[in-house]
Amino acid sequence: MDTDALKKEITKGQLWRSVMRHDVEDNPRTRVLKVMSNVFLHLHPVRIPRFGLYLKHTWCMGGLTFFLFLVLTVTGTLLMFYYHPTKEVAYADIKYLEFDVPFGMLLRNMHRWSAHAMIISVWLHMYRVFMTGSYKPPREFNWVVGVLLLTLTMLLSFTGYLLTDDQLGFWAVTVGTNMARATPLLGHEGPFAELTGASPYNDIRFAMLGGSVVAGNALLRAYIWHCIALPLIVAMFIAVHFWRVRKDGGISAPQ
Amino acid sequence: MDQFWLIISKPDNVPIVLMLLLVGFFTWLALSEARKFDKARAEGKTVKEAAYGDEADYPERVTVWPFLVREEFLAAIAMTIFLFIWSMALDAPLEEMANPNVTPNPSKAPWYFLGLQEILVYFDPWIAGVILPNVIVVGLMVIPYIDPNPKGSGYYTFRERPLAITIFLFGFLILWVLLTAIGTFTRGPGWIWFWPWQYWDTHAVVAETNVDFSDLFFGISSGSFTGSLIGFAVIAIWFPLIMALPLIFRKGRELASEMGIVRYLVFGNLLAFMLALPLKMFLRIFLHVKYIWVTPWFNV
Repeated sequence: MDTDALKKEITKGQLWRSVMRHDVEDNPRTRVLKVMSNVFLHLHPVRIPRFGLYLKHTWCMGGLTFFLFLVLTVTGTLLMFYYHPTKEVAYADIKYLEFDVPFGMLLRNMHRWSAHAMIISVWLHMYRVFMTGSYKPPREFNWVVGVLLLTLTMLLSFTGYLLTDDQLGFWAVTVGTNMARATPLLGHEGPFAELTGASPYNDIRFAMLGGSVVAGNALLRAYIWHCIALPLIVAMFIAVHFWRVRKDGGISAPQ
Repeated sequence: MDQFWLIISKPDNVPIVLMLLLVGFFTWLALSEARKFDKARAEGKTVKEAAYGDEADYPERVTVWPFLVREEFLAAIAMTIFLFIWSMALDAPLEEMANPNVTPNPSKAPWYFLGLQEILVYFDPWIAGVILPNVIVVGLMVIPYIDPNPKGSGYYTFRERPLAITIFLFGFLILWVLLTAIGTFTRGPGWIWFWPWQYWDTHAVVAETNVDFSDLFFGISSGSFTGSLIGFAVIAIWFPLIMALPLIFRKGRELASEMGIVRYLVFGNLLAFMLALPLKMFLRIFLHVKYIWVTPWFNV
């Protein structure tokens, strides 16, 4: 039996067709069907402007940002298997991950460097979109969604910073959240704090940390924001962002 | 220089070096693409001809399968390889267990917030840490709504939108990326400025006597009622001044009438916020001005 006949036999069979739903010959019809009949690929339109392929035009930064988000979701989920968000064991869990868990160090490195890379790629994506004027009508609102995603990306990274429970994360988050003390009206060291009665035990920083200092509750809150709340919010905005790219006329190109 | 090498080779600082190189490269790329386009336009070519160059007769649209899918697949593989190499070459930092009683000097926020931390030198936390970050986010969001220029959508150009690009490049490259680099590489113990060849001495002290605006220029105590009034006047004049300045020029008036009153007010206020930072930096660095406006409740 030659391979062509075998291939034909398989691709005409019930099993193959139940999954793929279209022929495999490369022709304009199947090129369209391949995108339209696949739930993941159909995020794309069927055709795009040729400019969308040019690296010197897109810098590939939006796509890489999304890919890094996926890498972070996978490595982050694996890290969750080895981590308890409590003051007693969090730091020991990281040590355990580094020295005992097979490929634990690699896993942690991948997560950390992907996070840094995602911050850079999301900045560069914004830079590219600005420089090509791609925020102009009809894409104004998608730019707004993009700015939200950029902010959320930095918050995701920031909440993850505390989780190692080491000096680096602890002080970085202390420095960062101390800013909240100075919030006008809502922070106990901010302007007009006496009008609202803000104190270290009821102000906006207290709400962020679940206490007046960065301690166990802050670790748990950072963990929940980092692993559940923010990823869900980001995923929702990504869906809107991608959907709007198509609804607003696809990737921008010279008209 | 050993000190400088130590700082840039810190695992968490390596991404900043990478970011600086990438920002530099992409700035060059965007501006050289823009120059090519502008040159072609000046020769009388249409937008499409100028953007597509000698590929003008290629098909304008292509099928996603296989062209885009193939590219995404390759990009994902390349990024995966890059991440594996990075992760094998460099270990994520892990310092000693968190200890609230041992404060490292300098205490730094994560690297992507160091631009904001650097602003703390010039403004009190309620401005540098709360107001300005919010103004930045809101300011970015309103860009599409205050830019009345319909040209330059979907291609690189400078001549068709010089104002928008100049303001953005100033904000992004100088006020964000450069300040982040300064906060990372030159700010040592006590947030004192150290040049790359200087050692980060934890005992270093810089004798600096700061004065407030009204003391310096009028000899009136900033805490007094008159001093406070002077400070308020400076702020109260700054915003209308920045908004009025463009109106002196014919092009500025054209822009304003194109934008309409609401858009122009939003744009002017954001611009005044943005330019207040370099102004305050100048006053602080060269004239040692600490506060412009002192009140019993807050200081600016």
